[in-house]
Amino acid sequence: MDSIFFLVFRRMRAPLLALVVAYTLAVCGMVLIPGRDADGNLWRMDFFHAFYFVSFMSTTIGFGEIPREFSDAQRIWVTVCVYGTVIVWIYSIGSLIALLQDKTLQRAMEERRFGRRVRAIREPFYLVCGYGQTGNVLVRALTDRGQRAVVLDNDQERIDLLKLENLHEFVPALTADVRRPDNLLLAGLRDPRCAGVLALTSVNDVNLKVALAAKLMQPRATVICRADSHDVEANMASFGTDHIYDPFDTFALYFATALQAPCLTLLYDWLGNMHGGPLTEPIYPPAKGLWVVCGYGRFGKALYKHLADHDVELVVIEAYPERTGTPPGRWIEGPGTEAETLEQADIQRAVGLVAGTDNDATNLSIVMTALALNPGLFTVVRENNQLNEELFNAVGADILMHPSSIVANRIRALISAPLLMEFINYARHEDDAWACQVVSRVVAMVLDRTPEVWEVRIDAEEAYALLQLRGQGVVATLGDLLRDPRDRGLALPAIALMHRRENRRALLPNLSVRLREGDRILFCGRSGARSSMLWTLQNTHALTYVLFGSSPPRGLVWRWLMRLWGSDRRRAGHGGRGDS
Amino acid sequence: MNPEKVVFGFFILLALTLNVGFVFGDIDDAAHHHVWEFVAVFVVNAIATILKLGDRTQMGAVLLATSLVAMLQLVAASVLWTIAAHGTQAGLTPSVLASIVSLAAGAVVANVVSVVLLIIETVMLRR
Repeated sequence: MDSIFFLVFRRMRAPLLALVVAYTLAVCGMVLIPGRDADGNLWRMDFFHAFYFVSFMSTTIGFGEIPREFSDAQRIWVTVCVYGTVIVWIYSIGSLIALLQDKTLQRAMEERRFGRRVRAIREPFYLVCGYGQTGNVLVRALTDRGQRAVVLDNDQERIDLLKLENLHEFVPALTADVRRPDNLLLAGLRDPRCAGVLALTSVNDVNLKVALAAKLMQPRATVICRADSHDVEANMASFGTDHIYDPFDTFALYFATALQAPCLTLLYDWLGNMHGGPLTEPIYPPAKGLWVVCGYGRFGKALYKHLADHDVELVVIEAYPERTGTPPGRWIEGPGTEAETLEQADIQRAVGLVAGTDNDATNLSIVMTALALNPGLFTVVRENNQLNEELFNAVGADILMHPSSIVANRIRALISAPLLMEFINYARHEDDAWACQVVSRVVAMVLDRTPEVWEVRIDAEEAYALLQLRGQGVVATLGDLLRDPRDRGLALPAIALMHRRENRRALLPNLSVRLREGDRILFCGRSGARSSMLWTLQNTHALTYVLFGSSPPRGLVWRWLMRLWGSDRRRAGHGGRGDS
Repeated sequence: MNPEKVVFGFFILLALTLNVGFVFGDIDDAAHHHVWEFVAVFVVNAIATILKLGDRTQMGAVLLATSLVAMLQLVAASVLWTIAAHGTQAGLTPSVLASIVSLAAGAVVANVVSVVLLIIETVMLRR
């Protein structure tokens, strides 16, 4: 703060001095030099009129020769003063404007404003370092759910774009190098309300540095990083980074699962994606046969490793084997974009193709050439840049892999419903038939939109009514939560996916299980089911209706009246439900 | 021999001397308080204030504060003088002059503090 003021003061000294001196000379001159009044007598201006005249002369307003017409001597002096004082004014105003536009001053003011806005945040917020494609999707997802975020990025253009975006909550953003800890501190790293730090830049080392800084300066915050090098991931894990997402590994695992368990993959797609879009179709990548993998970079390697475990026949096409290394199995050197290399790889008898290079044009070309040679091919294509979305949609590939959105979706799911990750991990152990059953239940419930996924924790904040009644001895079961608070005979369009009590987890739990404090339940359902459930959880009247079928009287007066008239009647009516 | 310090000290001291000179004499006698001297006091105080801008030290901050106080008093005095002389029927009466001179006397106190601080700073540096 002080630095800005001092900067302004220091730079304004010379102009202000010039102004004072010029005015003094002009005013004194006007007072000393005599004029003649209407009768020809000697007349001298006093200081007030001199100051008045000099003021409107020097600011080029020029009312005229006030209060009397000037003598020639006065006019000589005025001529000299005009040039002097006007130039001094222009110089002063010019200095002030240049000062205000000074880059250092602007930057200092911007940083101050940013710091002030960050301090004004009163809820838990996430510090997002890196506003690329992943950051973009994630910030929108966070703000749509009403969570606050603070964004730092190196690139001024991206921050400008963020400021233009129409987000649900206000996101303070600053162009700053996130490798510098003082920028992180300015963005509120040490603020107790900082709930998490997300390192989402495209450079592994920068993410590593951010994770280090976060762990050192704010140990309570959750640190989530994106990385795509195994060394960096191991490094990050060594000092306790909470979550590390490697988009390539993640996709490779997802793809390998898709080969074996299409229903589970479909379930994961539906639950993991943003709520409200249309339901996606299931994909059935062929599990037996030859797969051609183009590109043996990080993506190609991850995919190769996971597919090789599943007994799939693989051949790799790589244009620069000296840079990427070569796979243990069969491989061909070449770009893969022309028919010749593809034919060398037996594209005619292949069942699937993966175009996984880091160049979008190459990937598109590979897919188009391959589909021309073998139209029945199952294609997986990697999209590097969001801008080419239209092209990738048009090329007709079966699976579109976008590293940034994979990471973004994972992180979003992690932040909004952490139980979902656990559910998926446990569901992987079940067989595909079980997953298919769940899928058909979900379809029956949501018709054609992706379901909303939410988590309910039984504690004083989220399940106030439940705990209140429990204090009076009334216990609710899971099935009660799934009743519509407007008509207890109807069920809400929601499914309880998982119930977790301390360390015990139950997938698709039994609806008669009694709810205890500290339980966490994962639900998925049609939009609207969540808000209805919130009524049951938070409002004692709704809960008593759902449990017993009628609400107790509200308000002191009526309750007193009821007590007076027939407390026995009330007790008899509510016989059934247990006091335990 | 620092020219900047010479100029700085010169203007601060000049502000004080002129100010005391203006305030001297009967408080309501117009013959003892000339407008020219008042103008000189005003201008030199303004210059001294501007010279004190931009100093980041604690001493610099307090010096600036004293100068601003003096300027405040002098601006009030000049406004009072202008309004009394040109804005009212009665013109510059002795009682108004007394107010003007007392405001200027207040500025004297601020200038004294300014000079004392300057002396302290000089003694502490002692080069």
